[in-house]
Amino acid sequence: MTLDEVLASLFPAGNTVQRGSHGVVSGTGKIEGHADVAVIGIVDGTPLSVDGALVLAGHVLDLVSKGGGGTLMVLVDTSSQNMARRDELLGLNEFLAHLSKSLTLAAAEGLYTIGVLYGHAAAGAFISTALSTQILVALPGAFPSVMDLPSISRVTKLPLETLSDLAKSTPIFAPGLEPLFATGAVTEKWELATLQSQLKAVLARRPSGFADERDSIGLQRKGRLEARAIAQRVIDEAASHA
Amino acid sequence: MEHFEVRATLARRAPGNRQQAVVGVNASGNVEILVERTLSETETLVEVTTAITGYRALWQAVIEDFFSRCPTGGLRFAINDGGAKPDVVSLRLMQSAQQMGGGQ
Amino acid sequence: MSNLIDLVNHDYYEASARDRIAGILDPGSFHEFLGAENRTISPHLAQFNLTGAFDDGLIVGAGRLEGQPVYVAAQEGRFMGGAFGEIHGAKLVGLLRAAAANGARKGIKAVLLLLDTGGVRLQEANAGELSISEAVHGIVEARLAGVPVIALVGGRSGAFGGGGIVTAFCSRIIVSDHGRIGVSGPEVIETNKGVEEFDAKDKGLVWRVTGGRTRAMMGGADCFVRDRIKDFRAAAIAQIGAAAPFTLATLVAEQKRLAARLQSYGDCRDAPEIWRIAGIADPASIAEVSEEAFASLPRLKEAAHDAR
Repeated sequence: MTLDEVLASLFPAGNTVQRGSHGVVSGTGKIEGHADVAVIGIVDGTPLSVDGALVLAGHVLDLVSKGGGGTLMVLVDTSSQNMARRDELLGLNEFLAHLSKSLTLAAAEGLYTIGVLYGHAAAGAFISTALSTQILVALPGAFPSVMDLPSISRVTKLPLETLSDLAKSTPIFAPGLEPLFATGAVTEKWELATLQSQLKAVLARRPSGFADERDSIGLQRKGRLEARAIAQRVIDEAASHA
Repeated sequence: MEHFEVRATLARRAPGNRQQAVVGVNASGNVEILVERTLSETETLVEVTTAITGYRALWQAVIEDFFSRCPTGGLRFAINDGGAKPDVVSLRLMQSAQQMGGGQ
Repeated sequence: MSNLIDLVNHDYYEASARDRIAGILDPGSFHEFLGAENRTISPHLAQFNLTGAFDDGLIVGAGRLEGQPVYVAAQEGRFMGGAFGEIHGAKLVGLLRAAAANGARKGIKAVLLLLDTGGVRLQEANAGELSISEAVHGIVEARLAGVPVIALVGGRSGAFGGGGIVTAFCSRIIVSDHGRIGVSGPEVIETNKGVEEFDAKDKGLVWRVTGGRTRAMMGGADCFVRDRIKDFRAAAIAQIGAAAPFTLATLVAEQKRLAARLQSYGDCRDAPEIWRIAGIADPASIAEVSEEAFASLPRLKEAAHDAR
């Protein structure tokens, strides 16, 4: 989907979302029977650079500064973090973390953060945008990934064919929406026909706390069988340690 | 992937009271060994997990040599192999038994 | 463990994760959670014909630092490059959640993260990536509960990929010469963008772009130490008290700090260009002076505000 199609589908009542520099968008969306939602995003498959991450974080911190809660929607279609010597030299890890921290702070301060993934998102850019929201929904065409299979093939020295076969039996490493849905990264998958009702249902289901429940979701969906129990065992041993 | 055990029943009790130790790292050409004092004093056991198949007889010889040189009664060893050569395996086994010689 | 007196004087870089913990904490104070006897080996490696590690390459537990209770997690950078897999990541997440839930009540003064990682373990990429996202959420939970999280980076794998992001979530960052920090590794950039963008074989360039000195000078780390376990220990003790709370004010200050960096140095592609703009008389010397001499150099003015 293009950005315009996404915006039209999400906000048939209108929006003020505008393109800025570095592939970043910002504005508000109108939803019938609901307060306007703030919208930011990294779009058009643009790699997330130090510049883009800083602009996005600035928007988020402005919203937090205003207070009053509300809803923040984060649109995501980015190829990955910007792979460039200059970005690394300038400390891209800090810029990505700063954006992710700002989104996390927003949720802690009572903003309802909803990620809307409608294109690509990979690696560090995936962590600092889509995975930094409280709810992550995927629209048709969403293709999240950590690393593509050819790269995994290079590192693991396993033939691509073997990897593709393995990917059919486990969601643990393969790119794509279904494996990341199964492991708990993506909360919901939306279809165009039902998008408006799904959107309204999600808006009505504001999380009450700040807890991260993705490992429980991954367990329920049988995509990540160990993580939840392992984390709990560490918590239990820590609790019983003097 | 291969997994097998080498046992001995005539072992002398391993000195010391330490209950557990970890030696080495599962990295290329190295091994990780977990030792636990969980068996009866006349028993000893080494469990091997390795990705390189076909060398079971060599492992057996290295481990039996270790048993003959070192009192390991009561100790259970578990090895995660990263493709270590026999001399590295021998060294790490000796180190791990030595670690159990201390207190705790 | 090896002799403790040897350990504290030992190189940090060469030490194992277990030896780093033993040398940084008060002698004999470490208590491991979910130790190796639990055999929490990754269930995903065998299908790639790889053997695992009994602790999945991450050691977590509690101990004391100058008598004060702390939690600690250490990655073993030699096992799978210290990469985040499902179990490895979940252990870290559990420790951070424990710090958030009980840390204040138990008087936990800090969580020390001894990072040594190339990022996500590709054999279990989705679980690893998610665990990093959960870990950074856990860092925020711990910081909001009043428990600072301190990153120590000085191992052979540095802190790359998601590990670089984890580092920058921490309240304070301690780094040595060896502590390379970044997101995309030089090889990844060279593979994707070509050798003219980043020549990964040019070791000098790699260190200038990602190394501990550059991070410390620019504000990507708060504290530069010599490559000794005892120096990391002393820095950890000192940095806990300097940690900023996780608040809007802190992040607004970070926004300003990073904006100032982009404003001043946004067109630079190698560290000496930055040192030149900053008015350092002999830019090439930054990479060459001794660790001691470097540690005493003033940092860039844009780095003076350590908000993170």
